[in-house]
Amino acid sequence: MELIIALAIGVLTTCGVWLLLRPRTFQVIIGLSLLSYAVNLFIFGMGRMRINAAPVLDSAVTDLSHYTDPVPQALVLTAIVIGFAMTALFLVMLLAARGLTGTDHVDGEED
Amino acid sequence: MHLFALSANPILDPLILLVALPFLASFLAALLPSNARNAEAWLAGTVAVCTLAITCWLYPQVANGGVIREEISWLPALGLNLIFRLDGFAWLFCLLVTGVGFLVVLYARYYMSPADPVPRFFAFLLAFMGSMLGLVVSGNIIQLVVFWELTSITSFLLIGYWFHITQAREGARMALTVTGLGGFALLGGVLIIGRIVGSYDLDVVLASGNLIREHSLYLPALLLVLLGALTKSAQFPFHFWLPHAMSAPTPVSAYLHSATMVKAGVFLLVRLWPVMAGTDAWFWIVTFSGLITLIIGGYAAIFQTDLKGLLAYSTISHLGLITTLLGMSSPLAAVAAIFHIANHATFKASLFMAAGIIDHETGTRDIRKLSGLFRFMPITGTLAMVASAAMAGVPLLNGFLSKEMFFAETTVRAENPFVNLALPIGATVAGIFSVTYSLRFVHAVFFGPPPEGLSRTPHEPPRWMRWPIEVLVLLCLIVGIIPGITIGPFLATAVRSVVGENTPAYSLAVWHGFSLPLVMSGIALLGGGLLYLALHRRLNRIEGPPLMRRIKGQDIFELVLVTVFWRWAAGLKRFFGTDRLQPQLFLLVAVAVLAGAVPLFGKMGLVDFSAANLEPAFALVWAAGMICAIASAHQAKFHRLVSLVLMGGAGLVTCITFVWFSAPDLAVTQLLVEIVTTVLILLGLRWLPKRVQQMDVGAQILRTRLRRIRDFVLALVAGGGMALIAYAVMTRPSPDGISSYFLENAYRLGGGTNVVNVMLVDFRGFDTLGEITVLGIVALTVFALLRRFRPAPDSIEKPEQQRIQKAFAERHPGAPADTTVKDFLLVPSVIMRWMFPVAIVLTVHIFMRGHDKPGGGFAAGIVMSIAFILQYMAGGTRWVEDRLRILPVAWIGTGLLLALGTGVASWLFGYPFLTSAFHYAEIPLIGRVPLASALLFALVVGATVLILSALAHQAVRTPRMAQPALPAKVPAADDRASRSTGGTR
Repeated sequence: MELIIALAIGVLTTCGVWLLLRPRTFQVIIGLSLLSYAVNLFIFGMGRMRINAAPVLDSAVTDLSHYTDPVPQALVLTAIVIGFAMTALFLVMLLAARGLTGTDHVDGEED
Repeated sequence: MHLFALSANPILDPLILLVALPFLASFLAALLPSNARNAEAWLAGTVAVCTLAITCWLYPQVANGGVIREEISWLPALGLNLIFRLDGFAWLFCLLVTGVGFLVVLYARYYMSPADPVPRFFAFLLAFMGSMLGLVVSGNIIQLVVFWELTSITSFLLIGYWFHITQAREGARMALTVTGLGGFALLGGVLIIGRIVGSYDLDVVLASGNLIREHSLYLPALLLVLLGALTKSAQFPFHFWLPHAMSAPTPVSAYLHSATMVKAGVFLLVRLWPVMAGTDAWFWIVTFSGLITLIIGGYAAIFQTDLKGLLAYSTISHLGLITTLLGMSSPLAAVAAIFHIANHATFKASLFMAAGIIDHETGTRDIRKLSGLFRFMPITGTLAMVASAAMAGVPLLNGFLSKEMFFAETTVRAENPFVNLALPIGATVAGIFSVTYSLRFVHAVFFGPPPEGLSRTPHEPPRWMRWPIEVLVLLCLIVGIIPGITIGPFLATAVRSVVGENTPAYSLAVWHGFSLPLVMSGIALLGGGLLYLALHRRLNRIEGPPLMRRIKGQDIFELVLVTVFWRWAAGLKRFFGTDRLQPQLFLLVAVAVLAGAVPLFGKMGLVDFSAANLEPAFALVWAAGMICAIASAHQAKFHRLVSLVLMGGAGLVTCITFVWFSAPDLAVTQLLVEIVTTVLILLGLRWLPKRVQQMDVGAQILRTRLRRIRDFVLALVAGGGMALIAYAVMTRPSPDGISSYFLENAYRLGGGTNVVNVMLVDFRGFDTLGEITVLGIVALTVFALLRRFRPAPDSIEKPEQQRIQKAFAERHPGAPADTTVKDFLLVPSVIMRWMFPVAIVLTVHIFMRGHDKPGGGFAAGIVMSIAFILQYMAGGTRWVEDRLRILPVAWIGTGLLLALGTGVASWLFGYPFLTSAFHYAEIPLIGRVPLASALLFALVVGATVLILSALAHQAVRTPRMAQPALPAKVPAADDRASRSTGGTR
């Protein structure tokens, strides 16, 4: 299972970085989103992959090793929301830049 | 950290109160109305008196060589604690700062005109007082630098107080640049000292004199510290900023630029004198910098035409005298230096105040226009004359005593014959100059024929405006006549804390018998008198000091600034910089890859690839996910909608992964955020330019192709590296971290069973507060950016379908117009409308279960905003806003304020910030709800809805934008509608 997740992180990162380096703003916004998926999965993976071990306490189960690590999850939850805010801000920057400069090139001018 | 507990106890400590009180009053002063002259003066005066009283009250504790120390732990591991330390020398400075401060406040009450915005003035003045007190009682040398910089900043603000005057702005900038640069150097020096000694604690530093002087880093440390001290005390070659600082209001000049702030430089020299003085480097640099300043300052002062300019150069010269004394490194010279610091403060502050009164009463400070004022203001005149005599070093005044000690020190035989000649001769020449400019100050202003061409008839100032001068001049007199029983004990205390137990014997008596210093004094008085006699008829016609008038410090300063910060900076930018985003991002990613690769290189160990526990279903899901990601990247240039949908596919697979591996909260949030993001980008797609794929891909120029290959290689390396690291970590056992703490305590301390949610709203509540603040800021930024949004010309047109329909309607007069919009998505929009209550119920459900089951305020907030988006999509912007009151800005503001309020509330109860034990709101029928969760909810809804509705509104404004050139034939109702929607945003 870890192999698949690692591969997925690799593919998402590659696509993300590739798009990040493209000249069009829309490509960059998609790239950032893909990169955030990759990074979120990466942080999440640091807590190790466990099935049926959600960190929701059950009074019947007192053994703490039964639950997966909640710390990376809390971090990723924050990251998802901040990623959303970043996408929103970037989108509006993109629109404003396009309106102001007449182009969707990241530098505001065609090269 | 128990901030409350921390603040309760030591704030009442008198030493900390001494520093804190002016700062607190400064905030208060800034809040008073702008015409509250009396209230401001009372406030500032009360604070000054209180701090003065504290200072006096603390004296018995330092009198016998005692040191008061108060310590507040901040970063003990790094040796960074707030240490307040008062010894005899610091006490003397505290007395000067608070005492002169009180007199200056009283004076300023009458000096400032009713038209001046006094809250700003007194707020800055009080802040300066606090900074200066903080500086002198700092027991940690880094803390000292911080207060040092604060004095530079408050000085900048005060010089630039009348910021509508160009000279004030320029003077302020120059002062800040020079002293700020010096402060930066000082920080470097202090860090080196800290490195040498191994501690930033002043007591430790003071006990390590030999260690510092013999260390190989002594010279760099010395140079940097001196750079700080000499710039602050306006010593050659950095003296030029002080005359330009005279555009400050006169109380500021009297306080900062003669009595206190410029003394910070010599304060530092005295402070470090026990550990840094005594070497050759110290002697040559400090002594001769001081001596040159002493002579140049005195010389230039003679030829000033501005009263305050004369006093400024005289201040430079007297600071040079103190510096020279400190450079000599002998204990007796240090005694004289400390004595002169106090003396100079008293007579120079009173002279500045007198100059201010003359300016105030006559409307000019130009010496050439002033004369014969004695008949109009005899009392002020007499006071100014006594103070000038003290400045000139006339016997029976305090200036005479310290100057005699200075002369005596210069005649001590040294081994170097050049020094033996230069010091006494330089001192005598400077003495002559000081007598000359003092005579000029008195004679040109107060004697001679009555002044002509003044705008008003001068008279004595108000009683209480003169009172500060009277006090200071009285001090000059009694210290000058009976020094032994007035300043004697205090001076002894100060000296003892600097020089140590084996302070040499010195005598403060007025009469020492005939001696070489007395002869030098005589020569100075006589020579100065003669020089003035010879010059005084011509002085008014001379512009600037002869021989020096071409060398203007300001010009050199500006030349250096332009060269370094403009030419060189531009050159460097041309060489290293780029405006283009792509190379920047490439470098950023490349450096990140390197930063990740270098530390891991060769240390990763064996990575064991195995496909043992592979689940085919999961593998298939991710096969789809990876295909989505790659296809999305491939399509992003020419097929945006396809790319967006495919990206959503990859997001969905991520979401499934979260479900699969025990992260229900993440899955819920990811799914909801995914939806909102997609809608957001969909709303934006309309404003992007059309891009048609060109078929001649083969004709790509070589450069582009190379760049794409380069980018692809980097992307592959980044992706491969991430995959490798992720795999390597995930296949190893997890170390014991902090996780078990949260699992153990989530219920006991946080009161919830959903550990992730409890962490967000409780354990890491402060982070979450920051996070929702970011969200709020983003929403407001989006809102602000879109208010001024101008779409590109080719995006303004209506969509194709609407255009076809319109053309059709124009050709066939009976045909209905604009029906494409009217019945747009009729069935889905009915469903969407009916979904609204369902969505709200779902919101409540997710919100309520959050603390114990997956869900929470966060997810609920997003669901709520999705409910709103659906309405926007179904009914259009105007339809929704006619029916629902949506106030996103208010929601964000309320949410943030409440979040802060609850955080502070737990503080008041003595718990750490944002303790959630108090944050359960009792809601009827529903029960206890964690407040933090509720706040999260309010903010997320507010922010998301604001972003979305701001974007959606662009659709409303387009028709208006498209026809700006049309005459006002637009139907009034339509115009009103669009304006009202514009107003609700």
